[in-house]
Amino acid sequence: MKIPSDLRYCETHEWAKTEAEHVMVGVTEFAQDEMGDIVFVELPVVGSEYKKGESMAVIESVKAVSDIYAPISGTVVEVNESLNDQPELINEDCYGEGWMFKIASSNAEELETLMNAAEYEAHTDA
Amino acid sequence: MAVNQQIPLLMELGSPGRRAYYLPKLDIPSKPVDEIIPKNLIREEPASLPELSELEAVRHYTGLSRRNHGVDVGFYPLGSCTMKYNPKINEDLASLPGLAEIHPYQPEETVQGALQLMYELEQDLCEIAGLDRATLSPAAGAHGELTGLMLIKAYHEAGGEGHRDEIIVPDAAHGTNPASAAMCGYKIVEVPSDERGGVSVEHLRQVVGPNTAGLMLTNPNTLGLFDENILTITELVHDAGGLNYYDGANANAILGKCRAGDMGFDVVHFNLHKTFSTPHGGGGPGSGPIAVRDILVPFLPTPTVEKDSEDCFVLQHNRSKSIGKVKGFYGNFLVLVRAYGYMRTMGPKGLKRASEDAVLSANYIMERLKDVYNLPYDRVCMHEFVLSAVMQKKHGVTAQDIAKRLLDYNIHAPTVYFPMIVEEALMIEPTETETKAELDAFIEVMRNIAAEVLESPEKLQQAPYHTVIGRLDETQAARRPIVRWQAAETEE
Repeated sequence: MKIPSDLRYCETHEWAKTEAEHVMVGVTEFAQDEMGDIVFVELPVVGSEYKKGESMAVIESVKAVSDIYAPISGTVVEVNESLNDQPELINEDCYGEGWMFKIASSNAEELETLMNAAEYEAHTDA
Repeated sequence: MAVNQQIPLLMELGSPGRRAYYLPKLDIPSKPVDEIIPKNLIREEPASLPELSELEAVRHYTGLSRRNHGVDVGFYPLGSCTMKYNPKINEDLASLPGLAEIHPYQPEETVQGALQLMYELEQDLCEIAGLDRATLSPAAGAHGELTGLMLIKAYHEAGGEGHRDEIIVPDAAHGTNPASAAMCGYKIVEVPSDERGGVSVEHLRQVVGPNTAGLMLTNPNTLGLFDENILTITELVHDAGGLNYYDGANANAILGKCRAGDMGFDVVHFNLHKTFSTPHGGGGPGSGPIAVRDILVPFLPTPTVEKDSEDCFVLQHNRSKSIGKVKGFYGNFLVLVRAYGYMRTMGPKGLKRASEDAVLSANYIMERLKDVYNLPYDRVCMHEFVLSAVMQKKHGVTAQDIAKRLLDYNIHAPTVYFPMIVEEALMIEPTETETKAELDAFIEVMRNIAAEVLESPEKLQQAPYHTVIGRLDETQAARRPIVRWQAAETEE
């Protein structure tokens, strides 16, 4: 199971990473594997604000519908429009082409409170 | 079985001018159509309708019906759906002209029998629920849920407690529960299950409070387990000022054994199409009456059926605090007739026996399968139980593969991947209407499949083999759905 060491992780299986001034968010390989083939992604609206832990997006797979939660508080600045036509990008490349949205963080310290790769690996083994 | 791979559409059959039926000669003066219908509503070209002989139409639909699986064809252990057999006597009753051919606008004095049937069905449902009044209007279980929540909302608003905006739902709940609550404008608060498979009382204590409008619960729950703390749970919610909603989807486990009202619930819906043996699935339509405690009676939808001082049955439309109508006319009346027929032919003892046998059948299968499939909550179950295919998954075979393989044995797949708190879930509900021989046959098939997983897992990944259509690409069907008819490609 791939868990890149330069990302931060949530208990709910989102990853986050600082990219220029923003924080890029997606779901982990563990999450996409558990969900199975993804068939639909509902992305947040650019400009909307979320608090850490609020539901921001929805992923629908052949098995189930899952909420994606805000790993940090902030405003949505960009979403990955490709997912509208190619939700399978999350299955194929969850840490790259399958990223979901970017947030302008309102509290930079929140990112530090997320798990690192080693902690997340322990979390998924539990 | 000779079933053609391709069944043409009605539109592709027949020939211009061919007819199945000729209307008798008109014996009144005819008028040109443009004298009766406004010009802007008249078609410029005639509608393109299929033109078939009666035999062509009969063969078409009979051919389609042979591709269906139903409980009249084979075993149907679809958990949480109670696919019990629907006795044919109910169909006889529903086709009686005095019930089938009446019109909803007929004067009440000409439909006293129909009104009496509704009146008595309401009383029977109240007795089974242990509650005071019921409405027969909702057309399905989820419609009953929404109606029940609207009553809870109306009750809180009338009591000056309209700020209560949270509905508590366990993580094992039917998906319709949070959906109905959201539809009614509520926020959803989820409570986890404990290690026994019931609601975590400890966690519930932390989330009930001044904003709690109510709790929605299925008991037995979706694991097929009866919640041992049910009285504590409903009391916690009542003490916080909330009301309790009982999702009666699993009522087939408890008829005549225990009552939602006695468990502390204030509203309960019954799925007549599950528990009371009316057709469902593609056949439907459904019916989801709700029974309520006296405090909610003023808010019930209109109309209600009442008995006047001369023992005549009347429809009461004028109820000042009512939430109004939730369905055209009086609900799905002919479904009510079938449920009434079922309850009257079974009687109180028969209904109780049905629940006992449903629970016995489920426990029998569970005990005979738990050595070859993982049973995550190993305790006496109610009318259904949930296995997990985690052992099989280690060999590359999933719950879905097992479900597909069952189709090869003319058995409908169980509910899979639900409840979501069980990995690789297979939810099995045999119902009371199957013989022991049928249950044994199912057990043998399930054990054979478990053996196949060890011998030739790749075989299961491609199943089914004996159905008209093999393994479908469900992913592509969801990602790139073809939602309208396309002309067939020319055959070479």
